[in-house]
Amino acid sequence: MTIKEKQDEIVADFELFGEWMDKYEYIIQLGKDLPLIDPQYKTDDNLIRGCQSKVWMHAEFKEGKIFFTADSDAVITKGLVSLVIRVLSGHTPREIVDAELYFINAIGLSSHLSPTRSNGLLSMVKQIKIYALGYMAKSTQS
Amino acid sequence: MHDSVTIKDNSVLDVEKVRKDFPILDTFVFGHPLVYLDNAATTQKPEAVLKAMEEYYHAINSNVHRGVHHLSQQATDAYELARKKIAEFIGARHAHEIIFTRGTTESINLVAASFGKRFLKTGDSILISGLEHHSNIVPWQLACEDRGATLKVIPIDGNGEMVLDGLEKLLEGVKLVSVNYVSNALGTINPVREIIAAAHSRGIPVMLDAAQAVQHMELDVQELDVDFLAFSSHKIYGPTGFGVLYGKESWLNELPPYQGGGEMIKTVSFEKTTYNDLPYKFEAGTPDMAGAIGLGAALDYVQQLGLSAIRQTENNLMAYALEALREVKELRLIGRSANRAGVLSFLVGDIHPFDLGEILDKQGIAVRTGHHCAQPIMDLYCIPGTVRASLAFYNTRAEIDRLVVGIRKGITLLS
Ligand SMILES: Cc1ncc(COP(=O)(O)O)c(C=O)c1O
Repeated sequence: MTIKEKQDEIVADFELFGEWMDKYEYIIQLGKDLPLIDPQYKTDDNLIRGCQSKVWMHAEFKEGKIFFTADSDAVITKGLVSLVIRVLSGHTPREIVDAELYFINAIGLSSHLSPTRSNGLLSMVKQIKIYALGYMAKSTQS
Repeated sequence: MHDSVTIKDNSVLDVEKVRKDFPILDTFVFGHPLVYLDNAATTQKPEAVLKAMEEYYHAINSNVHRGVHHLSQQATDAYELARKKIAEFIGARHAHEIIFTRGTTESINLVAASFGKRFLKTGDSILISGLEHHSNIVPWQLACEDRGATLKVIPIDGNGEMVLDGLEKLLEGVKLVSVNYVSNALGTINPVREIIAAAHSRGIPVMLDAAQAVQHMELDVQELDVDFLAFSSHKIYGPTGFGVLYGKESWLNELPPYQGGGEMIKTVSFEKTTYNDLPYKFEAGTPDMAGAIGLGAALDYVQQLGLSAIRQTENNLMAYALEALREVKELRLIGRSANRAGVLSFLVGDIHPFDLGEILDKQGIAVRTGHHCAQPIMDLYCIPGTVRASLAFYNTRAEIDRLVVGIRKGITLLS
């Protein structure tokens, strides 16, 4: 699936929820299910510090694609982190750099991308783009 | 002024009636009636304040202390009347001991910079406590860095109270003590009288950060014998961007100006400028006239309700809230002082405060989460932050009940 297709799928999933409670229950469950980052990568180097909650993220480059694992100390943030990973992980640096992440707004959680909340998600998305740009630069050099 | 505000001292307020003075309290959030429990961050504004500010701009707006014309005179009179009201409200001896600033933060920065420049030398120290807002930490760090002085800290115990056992020793070499009256992070009312007495016995001046005190209790700077005191208009039902520094005349006369510009001078030549008298020496530039008038109106409002009725009403609500929160067995209070005002800080199970704050928000309940600009306290407890519910006299028991229901829903969802 393309990044766009994955986002559309998430948006469609969320349209099924009538109540905000159901939506949050789902996100929280995703957070609990998120495969934890390998403890060896849960380091200060991989820490993306938001003002309110923390996110740890590790990136790996395999066969032209980037794969992410991550964790957060806040479970709602963690659920959203898992969605961002589902959307962006396993794509090429170019695809990730070009991707426009619209699904977080579309499912009604735009406040998580607001700089005033600064809960780590926005910084994580920025960090993912920076990784992708870095890998892109490397692969054009070689 | 609204007719709902004629209430005798020692009584409690008719909360339902008082709420009508605050139009914003009728707001709906995500389909629920707003429960506003973020009063320590900023309070809502009564109609009387909004009206006074609107009237200022509609009828008399003009620059103060400058124009020969009629409007300027009216604006100046209204502006200086506000200064008098503020002086009376905190029991200052003179109106010119009231310096207008942008808020508590600027008031503290003013004293830190000016006092530091005049009195602080290498090897001296400033004493604060472990329970301070960043606004009462960083300005002193800057001053100390600048002068080669050190910052000393009164320790805090597990209940969130200052430990004064070692105070005598701590005061050695100290040039000024600056502590908060009521903690914004935990709600503790601090033993400021004891601190002032100990400091004064050694001739050391004391500054109080009263940002979380003035709106909750009667306070008299002469009776406290405090040397400097700061508070913010927006936390006592007045407009944002405006605040007060009180200083004893004798101290203010000793301090050099903070900023230069118009208003603060008597004569200017390129060789020598002579400074204006108090309070204008510390008020460079065109001031916030509407802010002063708005705060004046807010203090009128508070005085008509009566601070003792406000305190009684809030104490009753605090007792009710403490009782209600105790029913939630997963909840633990952070800061257990019995002597408290305004603030309830807590954590629930191992739920991250940010998660709980978001679930409460979805239910129309406004609280604050995080470190509340008091990171050293969170480090002391080894926690990432707390959920903070902060009360004002217009909050109701029904709202506390909704908070409890909201927390329970959070527990169901998040654990
Ligand atoms: C105890 C305390 N000190 C200082 C401040 C800073 O006030 P302001 O941001 O209005 O300058 C606050 C406000 O959050 C406070 O609660």
